[in-house]
Amino acid sequence: MLPAGLALPKSLIGPVLITTLLIGAHLSFGILDGYQKLLLAVITSIVMENLLHKYTKGSFKGISSAYVSGISAGILIRSAYFWPFALTAMISIASKYVLRYKGRHLWNPTNFGVAMMLLIAADSTAVLSIQWGNHMWAMVIIWLVGIFTLMKVGRFNITGTYLAAFVFFAWIRTYFTGDTFLTEVAPLTGPMYQLFALFMMTDPKTTVKNPWAQSAVVVVIAFVEMLLRLGEVVYAPFYALFIVGPIALVIEDWWQSRSQPVSGAEAVPHT
Amino acid sequence: MKPSTLKYGSVALMFVALFFVPELIRQFTDQTDRAQASAEESLERYGFFMEEVSQELGVTFVHQRCDVDDPLKHIQPQIAAMGASVSVADVNNDGYQDFYVTNSAFGEPNHLYIQQSDGTFEEQASIYGVADLNQYPKGSSMGSIWADVNNDGWEDLFVYRYGKPVLFVNQKGQKFEPFEGATQFPDWVNSNSAVWLDYNADGYVDLFLTGYFKEDVDIWDLDDTRMMPDSYEFATNGGKNYLFRNDGGRGFTDVTQEMGLDNRKWTLAVTSVDINGSGFPDLILANDYGVDELFLNEKGKRFVDMGPASSMGDIPKSGMSITAADFYNQGDFALYVTNISEAGVLMQGNNLWVPTGSTTIDGIEVPTYANTATSAGVEQGEWAYSGAVTDLNNNGTLDLYIANGFYSATPNTDYWYDYTKVVGANSQVIINASNWPAMKERTFSGYQQNRLMLNDGSGRFREVSSAVGAALDKDSRAVAFLDIRNDGTMDMVVANQHAPVSVFKNQVNQDHAWIQISLEGTQANRSAIGASVTVEWTDAQGQAQRQKQSVSGGEAFSSQSSRVLHFGLGVMDSDTVENVTIHWPGGKRDIYEAVPHNQKHTLQESTSARFDN
Repeated sequence: MLPAGLALPKSLIGPVLITTLLIGAHLSFGILDGYQKLLLAVITSIVMENLLHKYTKGSFKGISSAYVSGISAGILIRSAYFWPFALTAMISIASKYVLRYKGRHLWNPTNFGVAMMLLIAADSTAVLSIQWGNHMWAMVIIWLVGIFTLMKVGRFNITGTYLAAFVFFAWIRTYFTGDTFLTEVAPLTGPMYQLFALFMMTDPKTTVKNPWAQSAVVVVIAFVEMLLRLGEVVYAPFYALFIVGPIALVIEDWWQSRSQPVSGAEAVPHT
Repeated sequence: MKPSTLKYGSVALMFVALFFVPELIRQFTDQTDRAQASAEESLERYGFFMEEVSQELGVTFVHQRCDVDDPLKHIQPQIAAMGASVSVADVNNDGYQDFYVTNSAFGEPNHLYIQQSDGTFEEQASIYGVADLNQYPKGSSMGSIWADVNNDGWEDLFVYRYGKPVLFVNQKGQKFEPFEGATQFPDWVNSNSAVWLDYNADGYVDLFLTGYFKEDVDIWDLDDTRMMPDSYEFATNGGKNYLFRNDGGRGFTDVTQEMGLDNRKWTLAVTSVDINGSGFPDLILANDYGVDELFLNEKGKRFVDMGPASSMGDIPKSGMSITAADFYNQGDFALYVTNISEAGVLMQGNNLWVPTGSTTIDGIEVPTYANTATSAGVEQGEWAYSGAVTDLNNNGTLDLYIANGFYSATPNTDYWYDYTKVVGANSQVIINASNWPAMKERTFSGYQQNRLMLNDGSGRFREVSSAVGAALDKDSRAVAFLDIRNDGTMDMVVANQHAPVSVFKNQVNQDHAWIQISLEGTQANRSAIGASVTVEWTDAQGQAQRQKQSVSGGEAFSSQSSRVLHFGLGVMDSDTVENVTIHWPGGKRDIYEAVPHNQKHTLQESTSARFDN
């Protein structure tokens, strides 16, 4: 346990964790094609965020959120070109300012950006699909560090439920595909899933508030992912979150407005 | 309209505009000429035209993939994915280039095509005694390379297999007999490539042989299904590579360990050139499931792994082919490595390693490289195998032909989803063939078209395969160039997996001059493998040009082109090139001045050849 004076503010836990994982993974396994593309995604993300925030709300914004979006895009996107990294970051950030419902954005920005890039630029873009080397320890350490951090910030129920649901649906899938259980559950051992389950799914801005509802939503995400996987969709988890996440938020909003009449002040949308 | 609404509208507009960026980039950067042109249009526009003429020339070979043991049946197309190869040599010293293609199914013969004076070919593998090489338990052919191993003036044949490799000695152009000297060749190696090189400059070609699957893996009698790579990017459980020293043409001794070449990466391709001008040939390896490797030759005493120091060995990909070529007419070799790309799934991209200078590591001068494939327009491949190089339009710059396509099965099906389930997973999953999903006759990066990348001379390449008649969408593996009919144009043979071989005849704009150099070593090995030739000439615009080529003992993927070096020269005002400079293995140099072009010159290593320093 860190001394109180050294404890990280909650807002910095995400950026510090993802940066630590990135540096460790790259120095150990060279997961990045190069630092330039990562930097481009991060810088584009931060610049875009602040330009749009200044333009729409009149002030600049801190870099923490944009940094995580940018670094996530930089890790997840794979391309020989530079422009997909910048474009993913731009689409991700801009989606927060355009695709809004009752004052909040509906999609996890990176999830939206990555899903869109796979649709509009599949000929020049792919998503990270490699391993953390060939050692079990790297995978185990990252899961442990990630889970510990999520427990500290009270969001482990999301990832934990998702993992359980994924494993269950993997077992179900074996009856349809004829492949072994190990084969169906294998994607969980790759870094793409770790980034997805540790960071993307747990984004506080785009998850429902109630812990039980959070768990229910990720079960639905895992179920939709299973359906997509049975349809042989390579990036099923991204599309599943892309589809289910916003619907869950809209339902939550509708449920809250039905059970708790909003006051005049709360009804004013954020701009 | 409220200001906030206006602001939201403008941001939304910008947001929508972002979705059109990829299409705009496609429109502005597309370097593909898709429209098929007539022969006349193609000659006018590109300076050459190619035509598939296999049947007309009498080439009827069809490659058959091998079968596998029951535990591997569900992924047979992946296990038996290779074996279609081609290598070129003048077998009977009649001045016409012949070629040898390998088969892989047991009982199916390899073919040796002997070129006739009219440019047609006669299949004579049985007559020469090199047809029936695919038999269990001897093995299944994967490729071949030619060199004169005993310096008797006749080209000998080495065939590598999944099984026991075999060396045949040419009996004065009449037939081949198995090499009778003592060899330490392994009893079993699962090899997909080999290269001749005279690493110690003793005047006899030595042999580097690669391993893919580990040497205790017999894919027809499998002991353990844990024989797949233990990692998709950092695999360490591949077959052993070997270096065999040629003991004066009398035998081959395994010197792998003492020369520092112990390696268990999954090597798929190898080539050898003197990359740093030391006079000793170096080794460059393309590894599947790993990084590219550069082994510098320390004056024949040892090899030193300088891949990371040269910047080549940092990013792991699926290396499939390696070729050294002076693409920019700078007198230096760039290195082209093919990898795997599949739209939306895996974007490795091919590598074009261009020399940027050098650095000194432990007293060794190491050339450094930068990957410029993207800016050159040769990065985007597909599931690529051979990336082979020659000057197809004789314009004075080297062009690139890329073989694409892994497994063409049921149309409109795809195995990629299942593939991604295991290859991104932990080593304990990926290593076991039992965990790999069944392919069930699904296509896996199949029906992909090969690419012909035309060098525009300014560092950019344009894809013109359809426009010049060279379109081909079989599962191509090996590519070799040779001059059929000795008419000063480079023709092409493409070996396709589980499909007929494709021979392309090339017609070139007759205004473009050329020169061919055939070398014969006297102190160096007689095949002159490892010798480099630099031709210097002045083009019609008065610009000084120079291009360097090396006599290759094997290159690309399971390929070996003609060792008669062919230089296109473009439009020339003069009847001669200024200089032809030959660097022989070992470091000696011969220079010829005012050499006439539009003809082939056979140059023997002179007794007066001098060391540079």
